[in-house]
Formats: sequence, C-alpha cells, structure tokens
Amino acid sequence: MREAPSAQATPRGRLNLGYGLHRHLEAALDSLSALLESPLSTLMTAAVLGIALALPAGLHMVLGDLQRLTGDWQASAGISLFLELGATPAQAQGLQAELQQDERFSEVRLTAPRQALDEFRDSSGFAEALGLLQSNPLPFVLAVTPSPQQREPALMDALVAELKAHPAVELAQFDLRWLQRFHAMTEVAERVVRVLALLLSIGVLLVVGNTIRLEIQGRRDEIEVCKLVGATNGFIRRPFLYIGAWYGVLGGLLAWLLVSLSLWQLAGPVRRLAGLYHSEFRLGGTGFVTFGLLLAGGALLGLLGAWLAVGRHLDRLEPDRIR
Amino acid sequence: MIRFEHVTKGYPDGFEALQDLSFEIGQGEMVFVTGHSGAGKTTLLRLIGLIETCTRGEVQVGGHNLARIERNQLPYFRRKVGMVFQDHRLLGDRTVFDNVALPLVVVGAGHKEVGRRVRAALDKVDLLKKEKLFPVALSAGEQQRVGIARAIVTRPPVLLADEPTGNLDPDLSVEIMRLFREFNQVGATTVVASHDWGLISRMGRRILVLRGGRLMGDGIAGGDVG
Ligand SMILES: Nc1ncnc2c1ncn2[C@@H]1O[C@H](COP(=O)(O)OP(=O)(O)O)[C@@H](O)[C@H]1O
Ligand SMILES: [Mg+2]
Repeated sequence: MREAPSAQATPRGRLNLGYGLHRHLEAALDSLSALLESPLSTLMTAAVLGIALALPAGLHMVLGDLQRLTGDWQASAGISLFLELGATPAQAQGLQAELQQDERFSEVRLTAPRQALDEFRDSSGFAEALGLLQSNPLPFVLAVTPSPQQREPALMDALVAELKAHPAVELAQFDLRWLQRFHAMTEVAERVVRVLALLLSIGVLLVVGNTIRLEIQGRRDEIEVCKLVGATNGFIRRPFLYIGAWYGVLGGLLAWLLVSLSLWQLAGPVRRLAGLYHSEFRLGGTGFVTFGLLLAGGALLGLLGAWLAVGRHLDRLEPDRIR
Repeated sequence: MIRFEHVTKGYPDGFEALQDLSFEIGQGEMVFVTGHSGAGKTTLLRLIGLIETCTRGEVQVGGHNLARIERNQLPYFRRKVGMVFQDHRLLGDRTVFDNVALPLVVVGAGHKEVGRRVRAALDKVDLLKKEKLFPVALSAGEQQRVGIARAIVTRPPVLLADEPTGNLDPDLSVEIMRLFREFNQVGATTVVASHDWGLISRMGRRILVLRGGRLMGDGIAGGDVG
C-alpha cells in the first residue's frame, strides 16, 4: 500500500496541523447554522441553560452590591460613648485626649450636652416639650471612630467592652451592630449561592450532555459512514464539541439578558427603598465583564458537557467490533 | 496485495462464517467472490476492509498484518480501501456532490481539490449533471453509482464492492460491472462479491467460490470452477 497515489496518503500528524484556523471557523459556523435550522428546540435548550446560569449570576451580583454597601457603612460606623451625667467638661475633654492618644482610634469627637440638646431640638420636632425641661438631661457624648484595623467584628466587640469598663463611661454603644449581622448573613448567602452555582453548573453539563447524546443518535448513519471512509475520532468529535460550545454561548447570552432585565426591573423599587433610608444605594448593572464571563463560562460548560457526552457515546457507534 | 492464511471468522455467537480460508490476490488483480446467500462473501469483504477481524489465521493487506493495526491507525487504513455497499449507505440529507466529497472532507482536502476530484469521479460514473440532487431523487442504479463514485474519489489502491448489482436489472448490472473493470484497469486491486453467477462468469476474471464458509473453487469461469 506504499504505492497509494494521492490525497489519502496524508501522513498521520498532518491532519491536525493542517486543520487550519479557517477550517475551525468553518466547522464552528457549520455547527451554528445546523443549530439555527431548528430554532425552536435550540432556543428551548438554550433557555434552560440561560436560566441555570442566570440564577447564580444574578444572585451573586445582588449580594455583591449589598456586601459592598454594608461594608461601606461599617467602615463609617463608630462607637458612641455616653459619659456619666455628672461628668465635668474637664473630665470629658480629658477622656477625649486620652482616646486620641490611642492609635486604635482614628477620630474622637466630643459633643457637649448643650450642643446635643440643640441638635435634638432642631431635628426631632420636640422643641416645645424640650423647652419645658428644667435642666439638660443629656450627657457628654464621645463619638469614637475605630481605626480601620479594628473593624473585625471580634476586635470591635472587645473594644466596646473595654470602653464600657471605663469609670467615666455610662454606656458604650456600637451603632451598627445589626449591620454587622446583616453583613455576616450576606456572607452565608454568598456561600449558598456558590453551592447553587455548582449544582446548576452540573445541571448545565447534564443538559448539554443529553442534548449531544440525542444529536449523536440522530446522526448515527453519518458517523458510521464517516468512520468507514476514514474519519478520525477527532474529526467526528469536532462538530459535536462546537454544538456544545454554541449551546453554552447562547445560554450565556440568554442568562445575561435575564439578569439585565431583572436588575432593570428591580432598579426602581430598590431606589425607592434606599431613598426611605436616605441611602444612595443602587444595584449595579450588568457590565461588559459580566457579559464576557457569562459567555465564556457558558461556552466552557457547554464544551465540557459535549466532550463528556461524546466520549461516552461515540465509541458505541463503531461500525465494527474490532477488539 | 491481499493474502488470507488459514483464516477462520467466528462471530460472537460462536457461528463460524469462514473456515480455514487461504488465498492470495495480487496487486492490480480483479477478483469476484461468489456463493449462495450465507456463504460468507460479506464476511470476507469485511475482513479485508477491517470492519471485522478474523478469529484465527492471518489477513494481510498491502503487506500489513491487519491484526497488528492499532485502533487509532484504523482511519488511515480505511482511507486506502474504497468500499461499495449493497445498500450503498448514502447520506440522505446531503447532495450527491457532498456524499461523494465525504472521503476527501474527512482528510481535510481543500475546496478546490475536493471540487476537482468529486467532479472527476462523478464524470466517471456519468452523474455529473446530478451533483446537486439528493439521493432520494435518483434511481437505484444512479444511487449505486454515487456510492461507487464515493469509493473511488480518493483513488484508493484497494476497491471492495459487496453485491453492487444486488438491486439492479441485468442491463444496469452489466454497466456497473464494466465500471469496476475500468477502475481495475487503472490500477486498483478490486474484489467484488456477487451471487449473480450468470453476470460474473461473463467477465472473464478470476472467481473465488465460497460454500458454507469454505473455499470451494478458485479460477476463471469456463475453467476449473467447482
Ligand atoms: N454479525 C453476525 N453475527 C452472527 N452471525 C453472522 C453475522 N454476520 C453474518 N453472520 C452469519 O455468517 C454467515 C455468512 O454471512 P455473510 O458473510 O453475510 O454471507 P453472504 O454475504 O455470503 O450472504 C451467515 O450464516 C450469517 O448468518
Ligand atoms: Mg452478503
């Protein structure tokens, strides 16, 4: 057979090397147009993938926004020290000076009772009632801002306890404890989302795998004939891998649309809600990075799913029973 | 070119379709294999095309012991053997042109080369004008000729045909057999299985006669065929 005259005498390695970029492009486009020939079933499969990808992606984004927000609030959160009612201005200023020395605090602001009362009168609408008071019932208040290194919840708790123990301090209060709890909860939720993402990714693999399996069964004859005329496994695998990748890309595209639409739908209510709390909080949109990540992630999952399915089902379609 | 040495083929159910078969086919030779239905003709061709492997003995093609060809080498072996099937195995969702082009496409031949070779093959089987049709639009004889064009489009050194005239009337059958003789004349070692004794005995070529999986005769018709 050394006398084999021509094209079929392609040496082993050449096929892959010679399989140029334009051929891959051609194969990719062929697979895409094959998918678009049955747009409805393609769309349905892609929609399943889209939902599976959109769910964790959307939740992840919302949680990210919330975490950033609560993180910001926490950074500005301080400890309020209410001094004993009988404390003198000298004592209060002494404590302020003492705390300012301490490098664990970045800022210590003193509010005198007089000033506090004025502020309260201005903002509370109780001006009339307050006017009836014989004496000022408010204590000196020190607003202490811990330095950034102290913002760990545990350190914060220790700090509050230490300040509370000071003889001149009546009450030490960490303003945004609830926020700390909320932040911790979003961290738990983030973990849940990660598990969800993992499960749904497996779902994507299974859906693509099953779709490819059906595709392989539907093209049994073609595969067998290709093998009979000398197609390598690589050649036969290629279109299915492209189909899997395309499903992933389409799924990623739909997921991006779903997430964008949902966030857009939520934007109004969230703005109103934030407004009630005098907050500038806004949900972030789906940027270019999210778009790219969803497409790339979808393509990768689709490719992997197809690869697993092809590996499992192609060997069963040997036209022969050799070895 | 093709050499069988004490070849026995047992199918997984234990049935031995070929028993202790020995013969040799020279390069460029044209040989018919005949026998009743179930005699083992298809099995013999499947052994040469490496669709099956023998259970005892040794099959050699082109100097290679087929038992030694690794699975990943199989496609490269198949490219050197053109096969024509009784049911022609054309792909119904592809045009005549695309069906014939398949063996070239799987080796990654360029567009120009594919076009040139496919048209040359279709010209030989006289179907150039039907390249854009789908197989269903063709007659049985035309479908078989498309199958033949696909088998010869890469000009393989070995050409195998299993009952290529099985479904055809006598005139078309003669025409198809003449086609194989032409390809053989340009150098392809050709093995054609057919139970149509009347047809092949007039071709003036060597005939292997199988009965119950054994070689019962080997010669040119009119000579010592048993
Ligand atoms: N895959 C198979 N499994 C079991 N027996 C088979 C198989 N293929 C063929 N046979 C048997 O082997 C014998 C020879 O078959 P075959 O080679 O197809 O004969 P022919 O082509 O001459 O009609 C028949 O008896 C057939 O039943
Ligand atoms: Mg047969």
